[in-house]
Amino acid sequence: MHELPVMNRILAVAEKHARMNRIQRILKIDLEVGRLSDLEEKWMRRYFDQISKGSIAEGAFLSVEWKPVVLACSACGTTFEPELSADSPSACPECLNTGGTLVSGRGYVIKSMEGI
Amino acid sequence: MTEVRLIEVKENILDDNDKVAADLRARLTASKTFLLNLMAGPGAGKTSTVIATATRLKDRIRIGVLEADIDSTVDAEKVLEAGIPAIQMKTGGFCHLDATMVEDGLRTLGGNYDLVILENVGNLVCPAEFDTGAHLNMMVISVPEGDDKPLKYPLMFSVCDIILVNKTDMQALTDFSLERFTSSVRRVNAKAAIFPVSCRTGEGLDVWAEALAEKVLEFQQKKS
Repeated sequence: MHELPVMNRILAVAEKHARMNRIQRILKIDLEVGRLSDLEEKWMRRYFDQISKGSIAEGAFLSVEWKPVVLACSACGTTFEPELSADSPSACPECLNTGGTLVSGRGYVIKSMEGI
Repeated sequence: MTEVRLIEVKENILDDNDKVAADLRARLTASKTFLLNLMAGPGAGKTSTVIATATRLKDRIRIGVLEADIDSTVDAEKVLEAGIPAIQMKTGGFCHLDATMVEDGLRTLGGNYDLVILENVGNLVCPAEFDTGAHLNMMVISVPEGDDKPLKYPLMFSVCDIILVNKTDMQALTDFSLERFTSSVRRVNAKAAIFPVSCRTGEGLDVWAEALAEKVLEFQQKKS
Protein backbone atom coordinates (compact mmCIF):
# COMPACT_ATOMS: atom_id res chain seq x y z
CA MET A 1 0.00 0.00 0.00
CA HIS A 2 2.84 2.39 0.80
CA GLU A 3 5.27 1.02 -1.75
CA LEU A 4 6.20 4.50 -2.95
CA PRO A 5 7.56 6.00 0.32
CA VAL A 6 9.28 2.70 1.13
CA MET A 7 10.93 2.46 -2.30
CA ASN A 8 11.97 6.12 -2.07
CA ARG A 9 13.75 5.34 1.21
CA ILE A 10 15.38 2.23 -0.28
CA LEU A 11 16.70 4.25 -3.20
CA ALA A 12 17.99 7.00 -0.88
CA VAL A 13 19.79 4.50 1.39
CA ALA A 14 21.28 2.70 -1.64
CA GLU A 15 22.50 5.99 -3.13
CA LYS A 16 24.05 7.00 0.21
CA HIS A 17 26.01 3.74 0.46
CA ALA A 18 27.04 4.01 -3.20
CA ARG A 19 28.53 7.45 -2.50
CA MET A 20 30.31 6.20 0.62
CA ASN A 21 31.85 3.35 -1.38
CA ARG A 22 32.53 5.33 -4.56
CA ILE A 23 30.18 3.19 -6.62
CA GLN A 24 29.28 4.77 -9.99
CA ARG A 25 26.48 2.43 -10.90
CA ILE A 26 24.27 0.18 -8.75
CA LEU A 27 23.55 -3.16 -10.44
CA LYS A 28 21.72 -5.11 -7.76
CA ILE A 29 20.14 -4.46 -4.37
CA ASP A 30 19.54 -7.32 -1.91
CA LEU A 31 16.53 -6.66 0.30
CA GLU A 32 15.15 -8.54 3.27
CA VAL A 33 11.45 -7.86 3.83
CA GLY A 34 9.39 -9.13 6.77
CA ARG A 35 6.42 -11.33 5.88
CA LEU A 36 4.11 -9.05 7.89
CA SER A 37 4.71 -6.30 5.36
CA ASP A 38 1.81 -5.88 2.95
CA LEU A 39 4.04 -4.78 0.13
CA GLU A 40 3.76 -6.64 -3.16
CA GLU A 41 6.98 -7.58 -4.86
CA LYS A 42 5.57 -6.73 -8.29
CA TRP A 43 4.67 -3.20 -7.19
CA MET A 44 7.93 -2.72 -5.33
CA ARG A 45 9.76 -3.41 -8.60
CA ARG A 46 7.48 -1.18 -10.67
CA TYR A 47 7.84 1.75 -8.28
CA PHE A 48 11.58 1.21 -7.98
CA ASP A 49 12.04 1.13 -11.77
CA GLN A 50 10.02 4.34 -12.02
CA ILE A 51 11.75 6.36 -9.29
CA SER A 52 15.26 5.16 -10.11
CA LYS A 53 15.08 6.45 -13.69
CA GLY A 54 17.97 8.81 -14.28
CA SER A 55 19.68 7.83 -11.02
CA ILE A 56 22.78 5.65 -10.57
CA ALA A 57 20.42 2.80 -9.68
CA GLU A 58 18.51 2.88 -12.96
CA GLY A 59 18.02 -0.67 -14.19
CA ALA A 60 19.31 -2.21 -10.95
CA PHE A 61 17.90 -5.63 -10.08
CA LEU A 62 15.92 -5.83 -6.82
CA SER A 63 16.34 -9.15 -5.08
CA VAL A 64 13.69 -9.63 -2.39
CA GLU A 65 14.12 -12.22 0.34
CA TRP A 66 11.03 -12.61 2.54
CA LYS A 67 11.79 -13.14 6.23
CA PRO A 68 9.40 -15.25 8.30
CA VAL A 69 7.19 -14.01 11.12
CA VAL A 70 8.61 -15.18 14.45
CA LEU A 71 6.70 -15.11 17.71
CA ALA A 72 7.96 -15.56 21.26
CA CYS A 73 5.55 -17.76 23.21
CA SER A 74 3.86 -15.75 25.98
CA ALA A 75 4.04 -18.71 28.37
CA CYS A 76 7.53 -20.20 27.97
CA GLY A 77 9.38 -17.76 25.69
CA THR A 78 10.20 -20.30 22.97
CA THR A 79 10.38 -18.66 19.54
CA PHE A 80 8.42 -20.20 16.69
CA GLU A 81 6.97 -19.41 13.25
CA PRO A 82 3.16 -19.25 13.43
CA GLU A 83 0.76 -20.09 10.62
CA LEU A 84 -1.12 -16.77 10.53
CA SER A 85 -3.83 -17.66 8.05
CA ALA A 86 -4.83 -21.04 9.51
CA ASP A 87 -8.27 -21.50 11.06
CA SER A 88 -6.90 -22.23 14.50
CA PRO A 89 -3.93 -20.38 16.03
CA SER A 90 -0.53 -22.08 15.84
CA ALA A 91 0.52 -23.46 19.19
CA CYS A 92 3.99 -23.14 20.70
CA PRO A 93 5.90 -26.32 19.79
CA GLU A 94 7.24 -26.57 23.38
CA CYS A 95 4.27 -25.90 25.64
CA LEU A 96 1.26 -25.78 23.23
CA ASN A 97 0.23 -22.31 24.45
CA THR A 98 -1.30 -20.25 21.60
CA GLY A 99 -0.35 -16.62 22.35
CA GLY A 100 2.82 -14.79 21.51
CA THR A 101 4.69 -11.52 21.01
CA LEU A 102 6.23 -10.54 17.69
CA VAL A 103 10.02 -10.97 17.53
CA SER A 104 10.59 -10.47 13.81
CA GLY A 105 8.67 -10.31 10.58
CA ARG A 106 8.50 -6.58 9.95
CA GLY A 107 10.82 -4.05 8.43
CA TYR A 108 12.84 -3.62 5.27
CA VAL A 109 16.56 -4.20 5.41
CA ILE A 110 18.97 -3.45 2.59
CA LYS A 111 21.36 -6.32 3.20
CA SER A 112 23.90 -5.59 0.51
CA MET A 113 24.28 -4.31 -3.02
CA GLU A 114 26.46 -4.82 -6.06
CA GLY A 115 27.87 -2.07 -8.19
CA ILE A 116 30.76 -0.84 -10.26
CA MET B 1 37.23 -3.92 -17.25
CA THR B 2 35.68 -2.66 -14.03
CA GLU B 3 35.05 -5.23 -11.36
CA VAL B 4 31.63 -5.62 -9.76
CA ARG B 5 31.88 -4.95 -6.03
CA LEU B 6 29.68 -6.33 -3.28
CA ILE B 7 28.91 -3.83 -0.55
CA GLU B 8 27.54 -4.70 2.87
CA VAL B 9 24.76 -2.27 3.79
CA LYS B 10 22.65 -3.88 6.55
CA GLU B 11 20.45 -0.84 6.98
CA ASN B 12 16.77 -1.06 7.93
CA ILE B 13 14.92 1.70 6.12
CA LEU B 14 12.63 2.15 9.12
CA ASP B 15 15.69 3.02 11.27
CA ASP B 16 15.65 6.75 10.45
CA ASN B 17 12.03 7.09 11.45
CA ASP B 18 12.57 4.90 14.53
CA LYS B 19 15.34 7.24 15.64
CA VAL B 20 13.27 10.43 15.17
CA ALA B 21 10.42 8.67 17.03
CA ALA B 22 12.64 7.64 19.94
CA ASP B 23 14.01 11.20 20.28
CA LEU B 24 10.51 12.66 20.19
CA ARG B 25 9.28 10.16 22.79
CA ALA B 26 12.20 11.03 25.10
CA ARG B 27 11.49 14.77 24.82
CA LEU B 28 7.77 14.25 25.46
CA THR B 29 8.60 12.07 28.47
CA ALA B 30 10.83 14.83 29.86
CA SER B 31 8.03 17.39 29.46
CA LYS B 32 5.51 14.91 30.93
CA THR B 33 3.28 14.89 27.87
CA PHE B 34 1.74 11.49 27.15
CA LEU B 35 1.31 10.81 23.44
CA LEU B 36 -1.39 8.32 22.44
CA ASN B 37 -1.43 7.04 18.86
CA LEU B 38 -4.96 6.06 17.83
CA MET B 39 -5.29 3.91 14.72
CA ALA B 40 -8.26 2.31 12.95
CA GLY B 41 -9.82 1.68 9.58
CA PRO B 42 -12.14 4.34 8.12
CA GLY B 43 -15.49 4.47 9.92
CA ALA B 44 -14.54 2.46 13.02
CA GLY B 45 -15.16 5.51 15.20
CA LYS B 46 -11.78 7.17 15.73
CA THR B 47 -13.08 10.71 16.00
CA SER B 48 -16.06 9.61 18.14
CA THR B 49 -13.62 7.82 20.44
CA VAL B 50 -11.41 10.90 20.67
CA ILE B 51 -14.39 13.09 21.59
CA ALA B 52 -15.92 10.55 24.01
CA THR B 53 -12.57 10.06 25.75
CA ALA B 54 -11.57 13.73 25.90
CA THR B 55 -14.94 14.96 27.19
CA ARG B 56 -14.73 12.43 30.05
CA LEU B 57 -11.23 13.50 31.06
CA LYS B 58 -10.81 17.16 30.10
CA ASP B 59 -11.68 18.55 33.55
CA ARG B 60 -8.86 16.54 35.13
CA ILE B 61 -6.31 16.25 32.34
CA ARG B 62 -5.16 18.87 29.84
CA ILE B 63 -5.88 17.25 26.46
CA GLY B 64 -4.86 18.28 22.95
CA VAL B 65 -5.69 16.47 19.72
CA LEU B 66 -3.82 16.01 16.45
CA GLU B 67 -6.11 14.95 13.63
CA ALA B 68 -4.47 13.43 10.59
CA ASP B 69 -6.25 13.00 7.32
CA ILE B 70 -5.21 12.72 3.75
CA ASP B 71 -7.01 15.89 2.74
CA SER B 72 -9.87 17.26 4.86
CA THR B 73 -10.55 19.22 8.04
CA VAL B 74 -13.91 17.75 9.13
CA ASP B 75 -12.44 15.71 12.00
CA ALA B 76 -10.63 18.62 13.68
CA GLU B 77 -13.77 20.75 13.34
CA LYS B 78 -15.82 18.12 15.19
CA VAL B 79 -13.26 17.89 17.99
CA LEU B 80 -13.01 21.70 18.28
CA GLU B 81 -16.81 21.91 18.47
CA ALA B 82 -16.63 19.59 21.50
CA GLY B 83 -14.39 22.18 23.17
CA ILE B 84 -11.10 20.32 22.84
CA PRO B 85 -8.00 22.01 21.37
CA ALA B 86 -7.22 20.35 18.06
CA ILE B 87 -5.37 20.89 14.84
CA GLN B 88 -5.75 19.19 11.49
CA MET B 89 -2.73 17.72 9.79
CA LYS B 90 -3.10 16.95 6.10
CA THR B 91 -0.79 14.20 4.96
CA GLY B 92 -1.22 15.20 1.31
CA GLY B 93 -1.86 11.73 -0.01
CA PHE B 94 0.39 9.89 2.44
CA CYS B 95 -1.31 6.81 3.87
CA HIS B 96 0.29 7.10 7.32
CA LEU B 97 2.03 9.48 9.71
CA ASP B 98 5.70 9.30 10.49
CA ALA B 99 7.51 10.75 13.49
CA THR B 100 8.66 13.90 11.66
CA MET B 101 5.07 14.78 10.69
CA VAL B 102 3.98 14.24 14.31
CA GLU B 103 6.78 16.51 15.52
CA ASP B 104 5.57 19.27 13.16
CA GLY B 105 1.97 18.73 14.29
CA LEU B 106 2.90 19.05 17.96
CA ARG B 107 4.75 22.30 17.21
CA THR B 108 1.64 23.69 15.47
CA LEU B 109 -0.64 22.55 18.31
CA GLY B 110 1.63 24.31 20.87
CA GLY B 111 0.60 24.67 24.50
CA ASN B 112 1.18 22.39 27.47
CA TYR B 113 -0.77 19.18 27.57
CA ASP B 114 -0.81 16.14 29.85
CA LEU B 115 -2.20 14.01 27.04
CA VAL B 116 -2.05 14.45 23.29
CA ILE B 117 -4.21 12.11 21.26
CA LEU B 118 -2.98 11.53 17.75
CA GLU B 119 -5.72 10.37 15.41
CA ASN B 120 -3.81 8.56 12.67
CA VAL B 121 -4.94 8.18 9.04
CA GLY B 122 -7.85 5.72 8.66
CA ASN B 123 -6.03 2.62 7.47
CA LEU B 124 -5.21 -0.76 9.03
CA VAL B 125 -2.05 -1.36 7.04
CA CYS B 126 0.44 1.48 6.75
CA PRO B 127 0.21 3.29 10.13
CA ALA B 128 1.32 0.10 11.89
CA GLU B 129 4.73 0.19 10.23
CA PHE B 130 5.80 3.63 11.37
CA ASP B 131 6.63 4.52 14.97
CA THR B 132 5.05 7.92 15.65
CA GLY B 133 6.92 8.59 18.89
CA ALA B 134 3.80 7.71 20.92
CA HIS B 135 4.00 6.22 24.41
CA LEU B 136 1.02 4.01 23.73
CA ASN B 137 -0.47 2.57 20.53
CA MET B 138 -4.15 1.83 20.43
CA MET B 139 -6.65 0.90 17.80
CA VAL B 140 -10.39 1.01 17.43
CA ILE B 141 -12.14 -1.82 15.64
CA SER B 142 -15.91 -1.82 15.31
CA VAL B 143 -18.28 -4.78 15.62
CA PRO B 144 -19.61 -4.53 12.00
CA GLU B 145 -16.04 -4.88 10.65
CA GLY B 146 -16.00 -8.53 11.80
CA ASP B 147 -13.98 -10.55 14.30
CA ASP B 148 -11.58 -11.86 11.64
CA LYS B 149 -9.64 -8.60 11.25
CA PRO B 150 -6.64 -9.69 13.40
CA LEU B 151 -6.07 -12.50 10.88
CA LYS B 152 -6.12 -10.06 7.97
CA TYR B 153 -4.04 -7.28 9.50
CA PRO B 154 -1.70 -9.09 11.92
CA LEU B 155 0.91 -6.31 12.00
CA MET B 156 -1.60 -3.69 13.17
CA PHE B 157 -2.88 -5.98 15.92
CA SER B 158 0.64 -6.93 16.97
CA VAL B 159 1.77 -3.32 17.61
CA CYS B 160 -1.21 -2.22 19.74
CA ASP B 161 -1.17 -1.96 23.54
CA ILE B 162 -4.90 -1.26 23.71
CA ILE B 163 -7.79 -2.32 21.49
CA LEU B 164 -11.23 -0.72 21.73
CA VAL B 165 -14.05 -2.77 20.24
CA ASN B 166 -16.55 -0.06 19.32
CA LYS B 167 -20.25 -0.19 18.30
CA THR B 168 -21.13 -2.98 20.76
CA ASP B 169 -24.72 -1.70 20.41
CA MET B 170 -24.73 -3.29 16.94
CA GLN B 171 -23.78 -6.73 18.27
CA ALA B 172 -27.24 -8.24 17.66
CA LEU B 173 -27.06 -7.30 13.97
CA THR B 174 -23.79 -9.13 13.31
CA ASP B 175 -22.01 -12.45 13.87
CA PHE B 176 -19.16 -10.75 15.74
CA SER B 177 -17.88 -12.86 18.62
CA LEU B 178 -15.73 -11.10 21.21
CA GLU B 179 -14.33 -14.47 22.25
CA ARG B 180 -13.28 -15.36 18.70
CA PHE B 181 -11.88 -11.85 18.23
CA THR B 182 -9.84 -12.05 21.45
CA SER B 183 -8.37 -15.42 20.55
CA SER B 184 -7.34 -14.10 17.09
CA VAL B 185 -5.69 -11.07 18.73
CA ARG B 186 -3.79 -13.35 21.11
CA ARG B 187 -2.14 -15.13 18.18
CA VAL B 188 0.04 -12.12 17.57
CA ASN B 189 -0.31 -10.06 20.73
CA ALA B 190 -0.19 -11.64 24.16
CA LYS B 191 -0.72 -8.51 26.22
CA ALA B 192 -3.03 -5.94 24.55
CA ALA B 193 -5.91 -4.85 26.79
CA ILE B 194 -9.30 -5.12 25.07
CA PHE B 195 -12.18 -2.76 25.97
CA PRO B 196 -15.67 -3.28 24.48
CA VAL B 197 -17.36 0.14 24.10
CA SER B 198 -20.12 1.96 22.27
CA CYS B 199 -19.58 5.61 21.42
CA ARG B 200 -23.29 5.86 20.60
CA THR B 201 -24.72 4.54 23.89
CA GLY B 202 -21.69 5.32 26.07
CA GLU B 203 -21.31 1.70 27.16
CA GLY B 204 -17.85 0.86 28.51
CA LEU B 205 -16.45 4.34 27.91
CA ASP B 206 -16.13 5.30 31.59
CA VAL B 207 -14.10 2.15 32.24
CA TRP B 208 -11.85 2.88 29.27
CA ALA B 209 -11.43 6.59 30.15
CA GLU B 210 -10.50 5.69 33.75
CA ALA B 211 -7.94 3.16 32.55
CA LEU B 212 -6.39 5.82 30.30
CA ALA B 213 -6.42 8.45 33.07
CA GLU B 214 -4.57 5.98 35.30
CA LYS B 215 -1.96 5.36 32.62
CA VAL B 216 -1.40 9.11 32.13
CA LEU B 217 -1.12 9.66 35.88
CA GLU B 218 1.26 6.74 36.31
CA PHE B 219 3.36 8.12 33.43
CA GLN B 220 3.53 11.59 34.98
CA GLN B 221 4.50 10.30 38.40
CA LYS B 222 7.33 8.22 36.99
CA LYS B 223 10.66 9.86 37.71
CA SER B 224 12.24 10.74 34.39
